[in-house]
Amino acid sequence: MTTQMFGAPIRRKEDPRLLTGGGRYLDDLGQHALAAAFVRSPHAHARITDIDVTDAVDVGGIVAIYTWEDLPGKVAEPLPLLIPHPTLTHGRTGYALARDEVNHVGEPVVMVVATDRYLAEDACQRIRVDYELLPVVVGIENARDGAHLVHEDAPGNVAAHMVQETGDVEAALATAPHTLTLDLAIERSACMPMEGKGVYARWNDEDGELRIYSSTQTSTGVRAAVAAKLELPLAKVECIAPDVGGGFGVKIMHPWPEEVLVPWAARLLKREVKWAEDRREHFISSAHERGQLQKVTVGFDDEGRVLGLDVKFWHDNGAYTPYGIIVPIITSTQLLGPYKPGAYRCEFWSLYTNTVLVTPYRGAGRPQGVFAMERTMDAIADYLDLDRAEVRSRNFILPEEMPYDHGLLFQDGRPLKYDSGDFPASLDKLKKLVGWDDFEAYRAEAEAEGRKVGLGIGCYVEGTGVGPYEGGHITIETSGRVNVATGLTTQGQGHQTAFAQIVAQELGVPIEDVHVTTGDTRKMPYAVGTFASRAAVMSGNAIALATRNVKAKALRIAADALEVSEDDLEIVDGVVQVKGAPTTSMPLGTVAVLSNPLRYAFDDAAKAATQFAGTFDPDKPPVADDEEPGLEGRDFYSPTQATFANGMHAAIVETDPVTAEIRILRYCVIHDCGTMINPMIVEGQVHGGVAQGVGGALYERMAYDESGQLLNASFMDFLMPYASEVPHIEADHLETPSPLNPLGIKGAGEAGCIPVSAVIASAIEDAEGFPITSMPISPVELWELRQRHETGELPSLRHHHGQHQTAAAPSRDQEPTA
Amino acid sequence: MIPVQFDYAAPTTLQEALGVLAEAGEDAKVIAGGQSLLPILRMRLNAPEKVVDLGRIEELRGITDEGSHLVIGAMTTYADVLASSAVRDHAALLVEAVKTVADPQIRHRGTVGGALVHADPAGDVGAPALALGAEFVITGPGGERTVPADEFFRDLFETAVGEGELLTRIRVPKHTGWGAHYEKFVRVAHQWSIVAVGATVRVDGGSIAEARVGLTNMGSTPLRATAVEQALVGRPATEEAVREACAAAAEGTDPPSDLNGSADYRRHLATVLTRRAVLAAAGA
Repeated sequence: MTTQMFGAPIRRKEDPRLLTGGGRYLDDLGQHALAAAFVRSPHAHARITDIDVTDAVDVGGIVAIYTWEDLPGKVAEPLPLLIPHPTLTHGRTGYALARDEVNHVGEPVVMVVATDRYLAEDACQRIRVDYELLPVVVGIENARDGAHLVHEDAPGNVAAHMVQETGDVEAALATAPHTLTLDLAIERSACMPMEGKGVYARWNDEDGELRIYSSTQTSTGVRAAVAAKLELPLAKVECIAPDVGGGFGVKIMHPWPEEVLVPWAARLLKREVKWAEDRREHFISSAHERGQLQKVTVGFDDEGRVLGLDVKFWHDNGAYTPYGIIVPIITSTQLLGPYKPGAYRCEFWSLYTNTVLVTPYRGAGRPQGVFAMERTMDAIADYLDLDRAEVRSRNFILPEEMPYDHGLLFQDGRPLKYDSGDFPASLDKLKKLVGWDDFEAYRAEAEAEGRKVGLGIGCYVEGTGVGPYEGGHITIETSGRVNVATGLTTQGQGHQTAFAQIVAQELGVPIEDVHVTTGDTRKMPYAVGTFASRAAVMSGNAIALATRNVKAKALRIAADALEVSEDDLEIVDGVVQVKGAPTTSMPLGTVAVLSNPLRYAFDDAAKAATQFAGTFDPDKPPVADDEEPGLEGRDFYSPTQATFANGMHAAIVETDPVTAEIRILRYCVIHDCGTMINPMIVEGQVHGGVAQGVGGALYERMAYDESGQLLNASFMDFLMPYASEVPHIEADHLETPSPLNPLGIKGAGEAGCIPVSAVIASAIEDAEGFPITSMPISPVELWELRQRHETGELPSLRHHHGQHQTAAAPSRDQEPTA
Repeated sequence: MIPVQFDYAAPTTLQEALGVLAEAGEDAKVIAGGQSLLPILRMRLNAPEKVVDLGRIEELRGITDEGSHLVIGAMTTYADVLASSAVRDHAALLVEAVKTVADPQIRHRGTVGGALVHADPAGDVGAPALALGAEFVITGPGGERTVPADEFFRDLFETAVGEGELLTRIRVPKHTGWGAHYEKFVRVAHQWSIVAVGATVRVDGGSIAEARVGLTNMGSTPLRATAVEQALVGRPATEEAVREACAAAAEGTDPPSDLNGSADYRRHLATVLTRRAVLAAAGA
């Protein structure tokens, strides 16, 4: 029997190459290409009155300088609105180069192409752009009040206003025994991949063909978008994603202005052109996410069961909406988590501000939604003096209620219907892992030492693997090498390993023989992209189906050659053999030879497939009527709906009673993504996600001033957790298979980061004894909350279990009481 | 994020470096470890015509024992300091502070002299140098002069080192047998200090005989908390006694307000961190 591959924690095939500097990232390519650089708007909102390039043309090595006036045809039109929605009544997109108005700092205004990036940047500095300043809208409150407008024709700065309701919320709230209202806020953050965006274009003038390399999460998307903009036949454009140093969502947005302009300039100049984003550009001209204000009204009974939930939120979508309103739609639906909300209404406004645009970042609206829901669960527990885990469990959807239809539409326009999950079992596991029931004893011990500790919890459900489809294409060579192609792209997730495990298992070949290619439109032109935790679900299943096809073909050919029934054959370690009689066998490579009848012998393997090589039936054609030459299999996976993964996290934090420093002492994760292809890769994904979540909870924010300048646009000032700040993560798994797909898998890519802000807020609140309603939180903010709490401005929780409200034993560091 | 074009000189002797600087005048910028200068150049916040690299001048690097003093060459890296038993034995506070600087890569490139002349008030070597009463040897076309610590730091990013001059050595009076601790408050390990306090004390018979306390990022320059130092003398090295003496740590300071904390918060931190630093330095 072939070694069990599916489900094995095998080491990642790509790591030796990536860890020893063997990766080839965008900027490693095109060393002799011309370099592009951009003059970007220094103002958040202004009208361009003049552009003077006179001083720049003298810089040696300058090849071209372009403004909007130079752009032809469709290149000069606004960039596409990728995902329209009926409620996105005032969707707006920018131009590849600003036309006459800029709407955020960092918007590209002039493109310079030079023999190298040094000279291109020198020229940029010599270009003078005159602006007439316009009033700036920064922050959700200012956007909402609508005193000034980002786009004159978008009244109230409202891009979209959407309401979804199930049940009668007004009635449920009116008759509920108890109601609570929470005002919540969550700040902006951003993906911050180690490698920024980048694009490198090669125009082949003789053949009229364009090749684009892009650091993208969707090479098929970039290909189609550029072909449309440049009015080229799709057949004349190919796009390849080389090694990509992280995406986290920002690279699913496309086409970025540079992805249109660089190929356009390459064709015009008949030269290779490359642009690699620098860090400052990434901060001010890529995309951010998260920023929302929320108002939650909840009605519940004496047991803490939610009877009605009314959520309003205001979402900051930045200056433009090229990616539609996917993020707030996800917030509004995924907010419900593992709970039955009774009647539910969610109303949101997606608002323009003069800041860089907002598109999905790992978690994509879910961290905000989970924050709202989990803060609400804690508030109910405190109000009724119930255990916080107990309140959650009383609201859970139970396994016997699956599939569970919420009666809402999800981000893919399909019903929000959970396929499987065992939330009570997950909660049990989590409580055991973190020691939920023993925490009060631990708290008492800590308090005796003058330490403040708190326990927090957060639960989520994540719709993963949204459609429309992905494909898999398998070819088996005469050497026995198995080539696998899928069109979505890879940014370090371990696809080369996970997909190879599926093929090795399904086909019965050594994993070393399996070679996976992703994100290359030459190898697989039909694909969507890597986002929404969908790669394993979509491509994994497509590859499994394709492998089953090629296996069936291999067995047909081998059965014929070995003169046995297909049903009696199996493939073990790359050899087709008769079950129970393995001496009657044939290597897969030989099957590949037989699958492709040849006229010419160019090597020994090929010789075996030529016309005089053996016996054949003269009455049959060399390739049977219903077969194709070659040992190939291709298939697509297109599900009717998303599959819903879930997880529950708990953390113990310690807050310094004097400095308000916040430390995570323990971080526990229970994660259920259905059947796991490779548990080690899943854990790695969870760890990385939690690390990003810790960043969002404690460190990251986009500090815009009132004029729309981003004050912390560098790694010196924008804080991210390093290994030194990320706690050890204790993770355990539940495997509730998805009934929706052949492999039973659910997505795992985003999971780790989704509930972290909710969990840390819950733990800090538990340590401090007053509500935490805004994240992220820094020590100075906690210190200021304490001062407001001491003056009575900020009320205590009703039923807090910590003793420190009533004077703990004086500690080493406690300030003397006045 | 690419610097404006500049000329580059890499002299191999101090005299050669001074000559290059004299020739280039105010258009030259000196690069030591480059850990602060390079980001500034890359963001085009500064565009010198000439960059003079001191990295090849052997005589500027190294730590020597001159009896009453340790002499640290300006181009000595943080990593060199950490590897030096002499500094550990005679100026432990410097080791404690340098340990907390950024990350290993930066500690292997960044230099003590470069950081001191850059004079970022959030940098970690200024306050210890001040607290230890270091002397700064500055060399210019006219020869050498020695500036005491309290005259070295003039203002934000401004020191006694003038145009055409170089900081060449730092003379640190030995504090042999003194306890030391650098209490640094940051949110992430590689961050600049939000506030930090360096304390070194000599404990004799259970009470504090002498104390030196320096504050990082509590004003436009590193500061010395002399009132605290005086108040500590003669006190037993106990929680209670030290608490009272450290209460005035933030007096006379003018800390910044920024994304990491208000001035009020920094004053609060300074008091707390001073107490923690002194207690740790005293081994309490």
